[in-house]
Order: sequence, then C-alpha cells, then structure tokens
Amino acid sequence: MKPHRKKRLGIILFIAVGLSLSIGLTLFALSQNIDLFYSPTQVAAGEVPSGQRFRIGGMVKDGSFLSAQDSLRVEFITTDYVNDVPIHYEGILPDLFREGQGIVAEGSIDTAGIFQATRVLARHDENYMSPEVKAALEAAGASTENHSSLVEK
Amino acid sequence: MIPELGQFSLILAFCLCVILATLPLLGASRNNLLWMSLARPLSAGIFVFLAISIGILAYSFAVNDFSVQFVANHSNLLLPTRYKLTAVWGGHEGSFLLWTFMLSGWMLAVSVYSMSMPIDFVARVLSVLGILCCTYILYMLATSNPFDRVVPLAPADGVELNSFLQDFAFILHPPALYMGYVGFSVVFAFAVAALLSGRLDAAWARWCRPWANAAWAILTMGIALGSWWAYYELGWGGWWGWDPVENPPLITWLLGTALIHSLAVTEKRGVFKSWNVMLAILAFGGSLLGTFIARSGLLTSVHAFATDPARGIFILAIFALAIGGSLLLFALRAPLLKSEFGFGLLSREIFLLGNNMILVVASASVLLGTLFPIVYQALTGGLISIGPPYFNVIFVPLMALLVLLLGVGPICRWKKTSTGYLVAQLSRVALASVVLGVLLPLVILLEFSFAATIATSLAVWISLTMMKDLANKTANKPTRLQGLKSLSLGYYGMQTAHLGVAVMLIGASMSSAFDSEKSVLLSSGQSIDLGEYVFVFDGTTRIEGPNYIGDEASIQVLKNGEFERILNPQSRIYITSGSPSTEMAIDAGFLRDLFITLGEAKEGGAWSMTIYIKPFMRWVWLGSIFMALGGIIATRDKRYRRLRRRQEELLAEDLRANLQPAL
Repeated sequence: MKPHRKKRLGIILFIAVGLSLSIGLTLFALSQNIDLFYSPTQVAAGEVPSGQRFRIGGMVKDGSFLSAQDSLRVEFITTDYVNDVPIHYEGILPDLFREGQGIVAEGSIDTAGIFQATRVLARHDENYMSPEVKAALEAAGASTENHSSLVEK
Repeated sequence: MIPELGQFSLILAFCLCVILATLPLLGASRNNLLWMSLARPLSAGIFVFLAISIGILAYSFAVNDFSVQFVANHSNLLLPTRYKLTAVWGGHEGSFLLWTFMLSGWMLAVSVYSMSMPIDFVARVLSVLGILCCTYILYMLATSNPFDRVVPLAPADGVELNSFLQDFAFILHPPALYMGYVGFSVVFAFAVAALLSGRLDAAWARWCRPWANAAWAILTMGIALGSWWAYYELGWGGWWGWDPVENPPLITWLLGTALIHSLAVTEKRGVFKSWNVMLAILAFGGSLLGTFIARSGLLTSVHAFATDPARGIFILAIFALAIGGSLLLFALRAPLLKSEFGFGLLSREIFLLGNNMILVVASASVLLGTLFPIVYQALTGGLISIGPPYFNVIFVPLMALLVLLLGVGPICRWKKTSTGYLVAQLSRVALASVVLGVLLPLVILLEFSFAATIATSLAVWISLTMMKDLANKTANKPTRLQGLKSLSLGYYGMQTAHLGVAVMLIGASMSSAFDSEKSVLLSSGQSIDLGEYVFVFDGTTRIEGPNYIGDEASIQVLKNGEFERILNPQSRIYITSGSPSTEMAIDAGFLRDLFITLGEAKEGGAWSMTIYIKPFMRWVWLGSIFMALGGIIATRDKRYRRLRRRQEELLAEDLRANLQPAL
C-alpha cells in the first residue's frame, strides 16, 4: 500500500472506531434516561409497575388542591376526566400551577397508589397545552375543546 | 391606515427579494455585470423596507393600536413603554418579522463589507440570502402576518404580554439570539456561493472567517443571555435545562464552533475545504431546526407558543428545501473540490480534526436526545421524554476531552510536530495542572470532590498551556512587550475565547458540584441556616407596580453571624391577565450567588421559599463574555482589512475596464 493511502486508511479507521464507540455509548445513555409518559387512565389500569420513574400528565381537578399549613407538602388530583390519580409533592409549585390547568409531573407510584412527584411542570403560556396532556385527554375521550365546560361543571 | 403601510412595505420588500433572488444569480452565471451589480442596492432597499415595516409595528404598539391583532394579543394600556416596544418580538408573528429584519441587516452588512471579494461572488452570496429572505417574507404574508386587523371591532384594551417576558433580558436575548442564528445564514450563503462558483480555496476561507466569527460571537452572547435570564427569572435554580428549544441553539453553536476552527485550517493549510461547506450547511440547518421546534409545538418545552400546525409545516418545507437543495448541490460539486492530506499524524491539523469530530459528535448526540421523543412517538405511538441525565452523561466527558485537546492544539505546529517536542513543551505543564487541580479546590472550598478536581485541573491546563504558548511566541523578540505587540489580533481573539472556556468550565462545574438548596416554610422572625449563611425572614409588605400587585419579602442574610445584606424576593400578580409570577432575589458575587424564590403564603403569615447558594455562578457568564469577545477581536484582525484595501484597488480597475464596453 502506498504511504498516503495508508494514512488515509488510518484516518478513516480512526473516525469509524470513534464514531461507533460514541454511537454505542450514546444509545446506552439514552436507554438509561427515558422517562415514559402515562395518562391517568393508563395508571388506573395498572399499566405502570410500582417504583418505576415516569411522567404523568393531566388536568388538575377542581377543588382537589390541598396545601399543608405547616410544611411544603401539597396534594392534588390529576385527571383526564375519566380516571383520577392523586399526587403528593413536597416543594414549591410553578407559578402557573392552578386548578383546571394542565400539568406534567415526574415521579413514581407508591404501593398505596399515590403518585409521589419529584418535579411538577406547568407551562408558561396559559393558552398552551402540552402535547402530552392533550394526548392523555384525547385518549380518554374527553376532547380538548370542551375541557373548559367540563371544568365548570 | 398606518399598519397597512407596514404591510405594503413588507410586500415591497418581498418584491425586491424576488428580484434579488434571481437576477444577480443569473448575472453571475452569465457574466452580466449589470445584473450582478444590482445585488448591493437591492439589499439596501430590502433593509429599508423591512426597517419601515418593523418600525411601524413598534409604532402600533407605542400608540396602543389594538385594532392590530398582534398588538391586541401582546400589549395593553398598562404595559410600560419599554415592554410595549419590545413586545414586537413577544409573539410568533413579530419575532419572525424581527428575524427577517435581522437577515436583511446581515445582507446590508455583507454588501457594505465585501469590497475585497469579486463581484460575481458577492452577487451569489446576496442572491442566496435573497432567496431565504423571500421565503421568510412569503411565510409571514401567508401564515403569520403581524399586521392582521381585528375585524369588525377593535378591543378597547389588549391582553397581557406574558409576565415572564416583562423583563430586562427580554429586551436583549431574542434580538441577540436571532442575530447570531441568522448570521449563520450568511456563512451558509458563502458556502452555497462557493459551490455554485466552484471557488473554494484559502481566499474563500479568509472572506468567510470574519462572518463566521461574528455570527458565532453574537450567538454565544444570545445563548448566554437566555441562560442568564432563565436562571434569574424562572427560579428553578439552574441555568441550563436541556430543554428542546434550548438545544437547537446549542447544536448550532457547537457546529459553528467546529466551523470557525476548520475555516482556520482551510485558510492556513488549504485542507478541510468541503468539510467547511458541510459544516456551514449543518449549522444553518440547526438554526432552522430551532425555529421549527419553537414554532411547531411538536415538543414539550418551556418556550412553546400556542401554535398552529400550518406554520410548522411551512417551516419544515423551508427546512427541507434549503437543506435538501444545498446538500444535493454539495453532492454534485464537492467531488470537484479535492484537498490533499498534506499533514502528519501529530500536527495541529490533527488536533483541529479532533476538535471538529468531538464537536460534531456532541451536537449529534444533543440532536438525538432532542428529536428522539418525536421519532419514538412516530414509531410506537408512546410518549417519552429524555431527561437531563442523558445529556450530562454524554456532554460532560466529550467536553473534558475537547478541553484536553484544546491545550495541545495551539502549541502544536502545523503539518508535523515531533513527539519529543510536545513532551518537552507540555510535561511540566501537565504535572502542574494536576497538582493545582487537586490543591486549589481543597484550599478554597475545604472539601475534596472528584468533579471539582477534574474541572480545576482542566481549567488550569487551558490557562497554563496558553501562557506557555505566549512565552514561546514572544521568546525570540528582544523584549516580551515587543513580542506581545507582534502577535496578531486573530491570535489574541483565539486566546481570549479559550480563556473563556476555562472560566466557564469552572463556573459550570463548581456551581453544580457545590450548590446547596433548601425549601422551607418560614414565619416572620424565623431563620434558617444554609452553609455558612443564616437567613432571617422579616415578613412581607404589599407592593404595587404599574401593571401588577404583590408581596415583597424582606430577608436578612448573615454570614458567620455578621450582617451581609437584605434580599427582597417578590410574588406578583399581573392585573390584566391575573397570572402570578415570582421575582427572585439574587445577591450575585464573584465567588458565589445567593438566590431566594418566594413560594406562596400559608395560614398565619408563613411563606414557603427556596434558598440556593451557588458557588462560582457568575463565571458561567463571564466565560461566555470572554468567548464572545474573543470572536469579535478575531474579526478585527488586520489581515482581513489589509487584503480588503489591496483588492479594492484591483476591483476598481477591474470595474473600469469592464464597464467601458458595456457603456
């Protein structure tokens, strides 16, 4: 083999090994860090193994918000208007959290069937509904257009 | 009537764009000097009409013309004037107008500062930018016209501008980010023009470099401003969340960083030619992707606007055409642009190649993490999200590797360096970096941490190799000062930006390794300890702003028992929209930030609040400022101007000679 071909081959091999190594590591890291998303109906149907970390999304049920007076503990119910899941959270909620709003919470279900949230997300734009919450509501058969009328009931 | 003038102006700009997109390009291929020379005046015209257009939109905000839908949706009578004017980019339509206006600003800049380039090349660059500008204006007129009226009756008052946007950083962040983003379209246009003309050599790289540096520096500032804003406004205690809308600017930035390095190789050594073009296309693709993700609402993000799928599809079409078209052109023309492998296995070229590989892999993995949820949903219908741990696991080691190479690269010689030379140059520096890396965190922070040791070693490594390089480069001059004077601005720009990397590295690693936070419920008079600080809550008072009401807490900070200062976080309710918003209180310092967010009031006057201590937080932005400054210094390098002058004379002669027969 001519020297310049050898050099070129060396560089190509170097790139190929580097690339496959990084792709392998990336995919491994990806597989370790996926948070699956479930709707309250899926949770109620027992599709989620207890202890697994996941995200849940739905509307905050009207009249369900309870805030402890002597600690940062809060409780509320998230709903897709078919099934409800109670959520417990210790911490400060985002500014736009309120009843009747869509939220996404991260955490896991405990043995009592309560979702222990480690993070609660509410969106910055009040007109905006996250695709996850929308999908959860649609899957449960409550169309997103009439959710406001459902809230008023 | 006046808003309609804005729209007419937009339409006129569109018409000029159509001419700019066609005639100079045809002129360049047919060697018609008249058609080519139309490019500059047309660019100026487009700039003027878009300036009128955006000026009229700002005017409509200033005079509260709520008959304009966009104004009614993003402003109201109570809004302070500075936010009225900047509400122009407070929503989708207006920010797209700003984006297009920025593009025309870059076009104007290219037409003014391109005297050193041949006219056919300038005509092609401006024409390509004209095509982009044309599609953007068409997009605005078709799907998101900022001048749409409310018919039949205008509301008496508008809605609130999103309370998060009523902030100083909102005045700066979007224009800076857009300007940086759009700056990469200029580099893209240079690349396409090079493919069209077949001229892709060291001279091309020299023309391209100042533009790539400028766009990169502005994008750096735009991203840093956004991160600073998110840090103090959103109150989650972090400065980078790996949010799907934050990621595309980062991807663009990483590719842009790779590009400014590979352009250096092309200019000095004439290799990596087609690779530059590829990077320019990809970086531009990153900027379009960012727009697409922000506008389409495909991904859950803090930035998401209430969106319209038609807009997303239009941007996707622009994306597909621009990127697909340019890649096709690349495939057709790149085989003609051969470069030689004229360098050894241990040379500066190799280190810059390593830099490029790492940066491209890093941007690809960020892209993968950003888009994977969409792909997963399309394939399985399931919804997932990718958390920050994924990005950290990939990104942090890659950056550490990059910084290792960063130390060696500048010391290394072009073409070929002997191993012995490198070892002689760097062995003591390496040893010193490790020793200082272990000692410094122990002395300053009084605790051992693996992360801090690695980070400090790397930061010291950058600084020491930089000093070593400076010492080498000034060694053969009679005095050090003369030596320093003889170095080019390009060199100083590089070193400033590299120092920025070291500073940012310290900020990013220390603030995440040693941060402490506590969420507490405090009644008036109660206090809480955190680290060496005591926070005493002195109750709240009612406050009233121009368009909000709220509570302001007063919190005394004591350090080792001595009074340090009072912090006043606020909890606001905006009157028109009724939306709540928290204003953080931050005591920023060189070595640490104290940061308090107010939660909600409970019974008996107790308030929930979160207190954070973040060591070295300011260094993150200080580092970004150094990087951006480095980019700007490099664009001021004499060699770009010296050449410009010489070429100007040549061009003047050329023009005279060419114009004679035409007249």
